[in-house]
Amino acid sequence: MIIRQFAALFKARTMEFVRDRGTFYWNLLFPVILVLGMAFAFSGSDEKLYKIGVVGSPDASVRILGMEQMHVIHYDQAGDALEKLARHQIDFLLDFDKREFAVNEESNKGRFLRELFTAQQSAVGGTGLLTVEAFDERAVSGKATRYVDWLVPGVIGMNMMFSSLFGVGYVLVRYRKNGVLKRLKATPVHALNFVSAQAASRLVIVLLTSVFVFSGTNLLLHFVMRGSYLNLLLLTAMGILCMISLGLVFASRMRSEELAGGLLNIVTFPMLALSGVFFSLEGSPAILRTISRAFPLTHFIEAARKIMLDGAGLAQIAPNLFFLGGLTVIFLILSSALFRWE
Amino acid sequence: MTDILRVENLSKYYGSVKAVDNVSFAIPEGICFGLLGPNGAGKTTTIEIMEGITAPNAGRVLFRGTPIGADFKKKVGIQFQTTALPEFITVKETLELFSAFYANPRPMDEVIRLCSLEDILQRDNQKLSGGQKQRMLLALAIIPKPEVVFLDEPTTGLDPQARRNFWDLIGRIKAEKTTVILTTHYMDEAQLLCEQVAIMDQGKIMEIDTPDALLAKHFDGVLISLPYDGCCSDALSGFDGLVMHDDSIELQTTTLDTSLKKLLAAHVDLEGLSIHKPNLEDLFIKLTGSSLRT
Ligand SMILES: Nc1ncnc2c1ncn2[C@@H]1O[C@H](COP(=O)(O)OP(=O)(O)OP(=O)(O)O)[C@@H](O)[C@H]1O
Ligand SMILES: [Mg+2]
Repeated sequence: MIIRQFAALFKARTMEFVRDRGTFYWNLLFPVILVLGMAFAFSGSDEKLYKIGVVGSPDASVRILGMEQMHVIHYDQAGDALEKLARHQIDFLLDFDKREFAVNEESNKGRFLRELFTAQQSAVGGTGLLTVEAFDERAVSGKATRYVDWLVPGVIGMNMMFSSLFGVGYVLVRYRKNGVLKRLKATPVHALNFVSAQAASRLVIVLLTSVFVFSGTNLLLHFVMRGSYLNLLLLTAMGILCMISLGLVFASRMRSEELAGGLLNIVTFPMLALSGVFFSLEGSPAILRTISRAFPLTHFIEAARKIMLDGAGLAQIAPNLFFLGGLTVIFLILSSALFRWE
Repeated sequence: MTDILRVENLSKYYGSVKAVDNVSFAIPEGICFGLLGPNGAGKTTTIEIMEGITAPNAGRVLFRGTPIGADFKKKVGIQFQTTALPEFITVKETLELFSAFYANPRPMDEVIRLCSLEDILQRDNQKLSGGQKQRMLLALAIIPKPEVVFLDEPTTGLDPQARRNFWDLIGRIKAEKTTVILTTHYMDEAQLLCEQVAIMDQGKIMEIDTPDALLAKHFDGVLISLPYDGCCSDALSGFDGLVMHDDSIELQTTTLDTSLKKLLAAHVDLEGLSIHKPNLEDLFIKLTGSSLRT
């Protein structure tokens, strides 16, 4: 009985989504256009800044760090920095602890910076100043990760967030306001069963959308994929569930679509800004980075990038998965405690 | 006859508004029970409490002697005064959806036939006309093969023909021993369909009985109505059972012949005079003071 009710509710909700043409195409095409547009916009790779990683405390005599074209990023671990260098996310690395500089031979910018650095430090003279001889050179190799490779998990995550939060939150609030929920309350359907069907329908829809967006853009852009697609799918499903359950918390009581819309915007906006959808938070104030750790979107995007760009396995992304799973459980408990038909 | 539903000392307050004020009554099984009253009388609130949709502030509702619980929803059909239907699905799909909610639903073609939905099966819920939507909502109410159906103003917005079809349908539902509880603003409808009516105003039940018993209690004889233009009030003041309205006079009498002769003798202009047997509408207006109080 419960299963039959669930299946019927699932079907009705899914049909509603598919038949609502506007929303349907918006959900599919917007992210595709965004990824393609961004790929096009950044394909020139004409970023003005050079990114220099620094480990340890820099010495004032290293003049390259004082130049205004340089964006200096500090790292605590040399290992992290070397990884970034291998992926062309920084162009040059200066390790003051080991007195070492590192270059990725496959990076034009890196080779240019080495020339510049060598020339500058050869010219310095005087006691206590570091000349180029004070440094060892270390070669690193690794293919460049294009901006789109890095971007695509962000865009899919963003789309997933909007589609889950609004698709569940907003719709339930509308149903409550116009009385559809009240009509269902008058049937033997249990609230939990109804809500699960809504959530399940959304999960399938958003998962399929994400797969579509990814594979559609992949045809044209051939993303870097160093990890397993299966892990990526698992992560995506968990990310979607987490967002949907957050949406359910919002939808549990509210009657006003305007209020719900406003509150959802209040939640989505900081996630959009701080979860590293379009730009890395590296180098931004520590407080922002700390805040961003609390957002499910951050954990999804981070883990997706680890899988795609670093080839991470489940073990490496386990902390992200646990965070998403834990948050989902909390949200579900909260929303079922709060839920009202009317 | 046993009582299928019994309401005991029901009260519901919304702030300072006493929507339902200590109401008690019982409904015998298999009848049609009509809840009448002006706008805001508390009809919807009362039946939504009986449905288990709204929680009362005080009192209880007994179904076959036990307080209504979760199981009650499997046995009742409900049509709310206002409801939206799920979006982007058709009438047929909606019927299928609701059928899936019940263990033993009424066969679909029977529902379709009873509510004359044949022509609109493939239509999107959002594109139904007012009357079509009423029929659809009624269909949803009878899908569970309910023991009790609650219908809150089911014929509001129906055309005269559809209203007659609806009356037929109620007859068929009653033939299945289903108890029907309905609110309506159409007194002819209540008189025709209901074995029992309750007249409610300001949260209280003012009268409850069979329509005939109520009429016998409140009216004697027939009603004479006359247009009133302000004249001859002196001449009229000698009559018993006279009620003045803004533009008409109503005279209740058991001795029609004598009354008419008296009117003639008083030189009252009898142009526009009508005589009718008192009906529920007359009773309603008498009890609630106005047909349009809000
Ligand atoms: N949710 C609510 N919040 C506050 N007041 C309410 C609420 N529901 C009903 N009321 C008030 O309770 C009173 C009874 O309302 P109810 O809907 O039961 O009337 P009704 O007899 O069904 O009227 P109508 O014939 O217009 O449908 C009204 O004064 C109404 O304003
Ligand atoms: Mg009402």
